[in-house]
Amino acid sequence: MQSITDRDLGTPPSAATEKVTLQIDGFTVTVPQGTTVMRAAATIGIGVPKLCATDMLEAFGSCRLCLVEIEGMRGYPASCTTPVAEGMKVTTQNQKLGDLRRGVMELYISDHPLDCFTCPANGHCELQDMAGVVGLREVRYGYDGANHVHAETRDGAANPMFAAKDETNPYFTFDPASCIVCSRCVRACDEVQGTFALTIQGRGFESKVSPSQNQSFMESECVSCGACVQSCPTAALSEKSLIEMGQADHSIITTCAYCGVGCSFKAEMKGAQVMRMVPNKDGHANHGHSCVKGRFAFGYATHPDRITKPMIRARISDPWREVSWEEAIAHVAGEIKRIQATYGAGSVGGITSSRCTNEETYLVQKLVRAAFGNNNVDTCARVCHSPTGYGLKQTLGESAGTQTFDSVEKADVVMVIGANPTDGHPVFASRMKQRLREGTKLIVADPRTIELVRAPHIAADYHLKLKPGTNVALITALAHVIVTEGLCREDFVEARCDVNSYRKWKAFVAEQRHSPEATEAVTGVPAELVRGAARLYATGGNAAIYYGLGVTEHSQGSTAVIGIANLAMCTGNVGREGVGVNPLRGQNNVQGSCDMGSFPHEFPGYRHVADQATRALFERAWGVTLESEPGLRIPNMFEAALDGSFKGLYVQGEDIAQSDPDTQHVTAALEAMECVVVQELFLSETAKFAHVFLPGSSFLEKNGTFTNSERRVSPVRRVMPPLAGKEDWEVTVMLSNALGYRMDYTHPSQIMDEIAALTPTFKGVSFAKLEDLGSVQWPCNDSHPQGTPTMHVEEFVRGKGRFLLTEYVQSHERTNSRFPLILTTGRILSQYNVGAQTRRTSNSMWHPEDRLEIHPHDAEVRGILDGDWAGIESRAGETVLRATLTERVQPGVVYTTFHFPESGANVITTDNSDWATNCPEYKVTAVQVTRVSQPSEWQQRHREFSDRQMHLLEQRNAVSG
Amino acid sequence: MHIERLVKMANDIGDFFKAEPNREDAVRGITHHIQRFWDPRMREQILEYLRQDGSDLDEVVREALRLLTAPEPRSAV
Repeated sequence: MQSITDRDLGTPPSAATEKVTLQIDGFTVTVPQGTTVMRAAATIGIGVPKLCATDMLEAFGSCRLCLVEIEGMRGYPASCTTPVAEGMKVTTQNQKLGDLRRGVMELYISDHPLDCFTCPANGHCELQDMAGVVGLREVRYGYDGANHVHAETRDGAANPMFAAKDETNPYFTFDPASCIVCSRCVRACDEVQGTFALTIQGRGFESKVSPSQNQSFMESECVSCGACVQSCPTAALSEKSLIEMGQADHSIITTCAYCGVGCSFKAEMKGAQVMRMVPNKDGHANHGHSCVKGRFAFGYATHPDRITKPMIRARISDPWREVSWEEAIAHVAGEIKRIQATYGAGSVGGITSSRCTNEETYLVQKLVRAAFGNNNVDTCARVCHSPTGYGLKQTLGESAGTQTFDSVEKADVVMVIGANPTDGHPVFASRMKQRLREGTKLIVADPRTIELVRAPHIAADYHLKLKPGTNVALITALAHVIVTEGLCREDFVEARCDVNSYRKWKAFVAEQRHSPEATEAVTGVPAELVRGAARLYATGGNAAIYYGLGVTEHSQGSTAVIGIANLAMCTGNVGREGVGVNPLRGQNNVQGSCDMGSFPHEFPGYRHVADQATRALFERAWGVTLESEPGLRIPNMFEAALDGSFKGLYVQGEDIAQSDPDTQHVTAALEAMECVVVQELFLSETAKFAHVFLPGSSFLEKNGTFTNSERRVSPVRRVMPPLAGKEDWEVTVMLSNALGYRMDYTHPSQIMDEIAALTPTFKGVSFAKLEDLGSVQWPCNDSHPQGTPTMHVEEFVRGKGRFLLTEYVQSHERTNSRFPLILTTGRILSQYNVGAQTRRTSNSMWHPEDRLEIHPHDAEVRGILDGDWAGIESRAGETVLRATLTERVQPGVVYTTFHFPESGANVITTDNSDWATNCPEYKVTAVQVTRVSQPSEWQQRHREFSDRQMHLLEQRNAVSG
Repeated sequence: MHIERLVKMANDIGDFFKAEPNREDAVRGITHHIQRFWDPRMREQILEYLRQDGSDLDEVVREALRLLTAPEPRSAV
């Protein structure tokens, strides 16, 4: 079922600029060439009856309900497959057309259950609507003949055509009895999602929808994106929530809080209850598509594990005590003042969340800078994309991606480096796959054989299966080929870049030691493949690079980002559609939290704290003197805590005890602090070490904005009241006031107004504008009032693009006989980050535990069979996971995800980090793997500690009075 | 903070800038980076180490650290 507020124009829009004028039912209409007659009619409010057509999918022409008459054309052409022509005269309704349509509907209804009153789609069923529209009054065939509706024939025999309802998927059901075989689900799976999990099996009256080869949905390769459910015109595919709770009465547009794609959704509501999340067809990032997380995994918001009352305790071994908001806030303010009086102004700090809104993030950094009086503020972007911020600022001049997602539609070559979009950024991956199926060339640089390397109708032209930790060697080798084979766009560089830096860089990369042949031993990638990929990237037309945490989370993460920018500049692949440097951000608001001044050295808008003019601007606006020295970054905070100089931390919505590397180091640091304040939805791993728990609000409970990977600022709207009574920004306001620094905001729009007044790139952003435009990409200012889809068009933000040298430096993390394998980490489609949200939904059916992927050869020499317990030991720690034997990983490399705290994936990762930003080197850890029979010592300790903390939570006593 | 950790971080920064053929630029790059990204207490600590010993620091890093300007005294809050 489509959204209750969607209007379907029948077929997709035409991108043509030439116009065609025609007449429909006597009305003149002008539409772009290539538009269908159906869509042209819909644009002037004439709804031609239809069943198999929807504007999310290419026209199919199977239902024969949309027949029309066109002057000069024979017969009754289908309006969905007939393009408009100049001067065409169309009749959409007359006696003959009415008779034909009634005849078609009669056949449909003769094989459809007559249970409209009790049907979940009742009132929004397109079949029911069409029966009404065409004026169906009788079904002369009766209902007893061959049918798919009844389990038994009238004489009690089993009906061979009947198939039982498939309820295997936790979120939706498939009832073949209600299916009209319009193929919309099959086409949605193919065209929109690109998984090709569904097909029509059989012919004629035996045709039926089949997941994979007559399997159940859960057994098939279905990824549960829900595109089929949304496209279904009847109740055949229905959300279980729709079946259980009925239909929504109103719909509110908001933005998903999962990955960095930032999909726009319609929250379909009844009262303050979410009935369904339906992706917004007008959403600029996702155009009506979604994944299993955004569409279905929202139940965590009302999960019984939510903590909705503030709690405090003196020691982490004490039971929690529920207190009023006032008492909790007064306690925190008192503790922060006490700690600062004892240990100095720099002994406290805060961590902003990339899952919270821009407004909330802005307020936390303001609180730290203005009320704490230091710059000890950082954000979880530290551990994912901080090298992007540094690398792109140094080369292009702005710490952000250069394109829109739509830009991929104009790319001729796509190079994916260290990213796994089908799992990490699924909705964008679907867009990319659409383009790849049209013939765009693909280069994948990844240590694993990720799905994109070989997917239905997609095969990478080059898979550079490098050894983890050798990105810089590979990227420099690509540059070597481009430079030495004369493939640089000298004209572009001459006009747009700093020529001195270019010459220096050119001489550097041209050195023989950077050639693919010389670096083959380091990267493990055959030189010929590197040469081929480099030539394709440089000469294949519009070439776009997409990269992820496989680039940034290395000891040379920043160097690799710089290398990527160098490649794009030297080939002229910046500054127009179809090209660019595209970081795929992990969390929903990583871009935003960085933009909002969450880093200890930068004010909002990436301006250094030492910059006097900027500091003066903020000092005037905030009415305080601000610190001109950079503060502590997250890993530095841990070091300083262990050192005794950092004692108090306010963490808003980040789970550092699970997500940050070298867990035992992190928890030791947390234990060394005197006041850890955690603002969270659940008792997270970090909250187990906290002295104060402030209940947080989910994205459904607050107003604000998120900024996605393409710099798109989108509205987040409150659809239900906050469970704990306060939106997260309100809590920060209370805390600031309790500390004696006045904050008077009554709505997040006022916070955005302040951001806009103080940040040139946000000058034109306001809630009113977002209401108007739906979303806007920064920079949004006087010269770009509608925002900036493509950056660096005329010139680079820094003026001239700057080339920097990218010397490969081997990681400190080396393999040896004790730790012979390299562990690398990643994520999976169904779970999100630390899993706090998705583990509390049925998404765990797809991924109930983190597994260790190991190559069969490495497993065999260790006596490990598929499903065995495997102990993984590194220099930092040891954990145990079950093994999955797969050739996706290369020999010598093992892989795991980090979605479950008990997995302890970060117990093994080390404290090595990116040279420029301290972004942890999650992707390279030297390990040994052995067959074991019990959990690791850490896991046993963790279980005991967690059990104790859960017990202390259960013991919390109610607030008195 | 563990001085070994700060030394490793400083040497890693040095490794990036060492690619720069002009040594003066390399030194300036390292100084600038540490000045702009390191909290004063980290800078003080590594300078203290440089004064005491400094042997685990790369030569170019030592040179760069000598150019660091001392942080201004913290203003009262």
